[in-house]
Amino acid sequence: MTALAAPPDAAVDSVLHQRTRRASRRRLVIVVLAVLVVVAFAVTLMVGRTFYPPGDVLRVITGEKVPGASFTVGRLRLPRGVLAVVAGLSFGLAGVTFQTMLRNPLASPDVIGISSGASAAAVVGIVLFSLDGTAVSSLAVAAALGVALLIYVLAFKDGVAGTRLILIGIGVGAMLNSVIQYVLSRAGQWDYQEALRWLTGSLNGTSWTTVLPALLALLVLAPVLLGQTRNLATLQLGDDTAAALGVRVERTRVIAIIAAVGLVAFATAACGPIAFVSFLAGPIAARIVGPNGSLLVPAALVGALLVLVADLVGQFALDTRFPVGVVTGVLGAPYLIYLIIRTNRAGGSL
Amino acid sequence: MTTTHTLVAEELTLAYGERTVIEGLDLAVPAGRITAIVGANASGKSTLLRSMSRLLAPRAGRVLLDGRAVHRMPAKELARTLGLLPQSPIAPEGITVSDLVGRGRHPHQGVFSRWSREDDAAVAAALEATSTTELAERAVDELSGGQRQRVWIAMALAQQTDLLLLDEPTTFLDVSHQIEVLDLLTDLNRVRGTTIVMVLHDLNLAARYADHLVALESGRIHAAGEPGTVLTEDCVRAVFGLESRVIADPISGKPLMLPIGRHHATAPVAAEVRGASEALSPR
Repeated sequence: MTALAAPPDAAVDSVLHQRTRRASRRRLVIVVLAVLVVVAFAVTLMVGRTFYPPGDVLRVITGEKVPGASFTVGRLRLPRGVLAVVAGLSFGLAGVTFQTMLRNPLASPDVIGISSGASAAAVVGIVLFSLDGTAVSSLAVAAALGVALLIYVLAFKDGVAGTRLILIGIGVGAMLNSVIQYVLSRAGQWDYQEALRWLTGSLNGTSWTTVLPALLALLVLAPVLLGQTRNLATLQLGDDTAAALGVRVERTRVIAIIAAVGLVAFATAACGPIAFVSFLAGPIAARIVGPNGSLLVPAALVGALLVLVADLVGQFALDTRFPVGVVTGVLGAPYLIYLIIRTNRAGGSL
Repeated sequence: MTTTHTLVAEELTLAYGERTVIEGLDLAVPAGRITAIVGANASGKSTLLRSMSRLLAPRAGRVLLDGRAVHRMPAKELARTLGLLPQSPIAPEGITVSDLVGRGRHPHQGVFSRWSREDDAAVAAALEATSTTELAERAVDELSGGQRQRVWIAMALAQQTDLLLLDEPTTFLDVSHQIEVLDLLTDLNRVRGTTIVMVLHDLNLAARYADHLVALESGRIHAAGEPGTVLTEDCVRAVFGLESRVIADPISGKPLMLPIGRHHATAPVAAEVRGASEALSPR
């Protein structure tokens, strides 16, 4: 181990080769996922009680008048499909950000109570104050941010340690869930239906006015998170190592938390907390991509794909129509149990 | 090639919450040399190292790199001059060796800047210096402890800093790997002139490899200087509360500390130690 001179060209080329191979594997996964998202989105627009061929759908999107299709596709299916994609991307991106930052797959916003905060506020608004529409959404966004801040403050002690934040988040989430149960038990029939949407998440009755805020939030916050890609990757080596490599640990964490919570809050305000999407997207993306670089974009795409496919399954695959959150919940719950069992076996290290 | 960076701690007081770990400590790290910090458990060695690389803000006093307070310097700028390998860094699941070593390039890269030939060359040089080139495509979690430690050092080397701080780089390694790591750090010091500061548990290895030895005793410097003047029987007694003999190491001529303990000492040595301790505390 004495050679400290400049390395030969062949050695440098080999490093370059290994790096490009990792990058191209990741790029391939991203392209395939993006294609799948586009296909699932297209199917969402075509399939329903009436089938419209791709040609009709394209004409509607480009603004032509197509009898029947203009209403069904333009007014009903298009906003629904767009919201599925926007919410999926938001949940996926937010989830994987939390999981990467806290180095723990349990750390997704729907496990640590942030989504519950949005839901609880919405249910309280609907049942106790008879609010609707924008008022409920604003309340949900504010509550998600408030809960995130509360968890952060409670977990703060010489910086934020991942495990402490997760445990406090799970506790806060449990409290919020009991608030939801209590309020629901006092709800009238109509309010109950409306409130239920906030518990599992549903794309039913989506209109452009519900889609727009979530879309804007995604357009603003996703670039912020993607700008932190390298800092987040370095943070995976531990706080001390990351700081020694020039990452401003606490600043990176605050930016990432605010952006991720914003994404969850606006998406939840639009369609409820679609169960387990932010929890599942990251680990699935990790499985596909392998250790080949940042998971942010792949996880966002997996999130979108999950929501689109789950909504299709919920609408058409079964005898009864289920809201999308029920389907993702059925997928996510077993994985949560598996993860907890594995954590126990491994003595808590993930 | 020698570096002239100065790293100085002035009246440094460090604390975790209410617990003061280091109090009013002054330390000047000799440029271009190897410094080893030794001391008993909980004497503040790691804390001092963390503060010198700005991971811990001082309660009072300051750490100056070339006359500038490290806690005020831009993070990346500091990280291009001063590197730190913490005691237990975390390898993300499944990460390959060359990927991990590449993370050491972080302070040299902008938010969206692409990888340069220079980055790849730094990684290749770091792999070669630590004999990990043939492990480059393996997953870090599959490696043995010694290999893994070499990979982490490679990551710190890829950072290409003129000062390198290491917190117990030889812990968990068997004796041959300990020597391998310390030889590597000495190469780095001699060939590149890198200033090295390391916390070491093993007094004898510290005395062998360091040009400058710092003995910490509950948050204060008990002695600092050439190993030959610092590592004495009195010093070992004061810092570790241990009776010992210090002789000249037949290999290097540096001091070699032999602990006495309550068993196994030959009769004359035991009698002498007993006599000394009775003289100290007469009944």
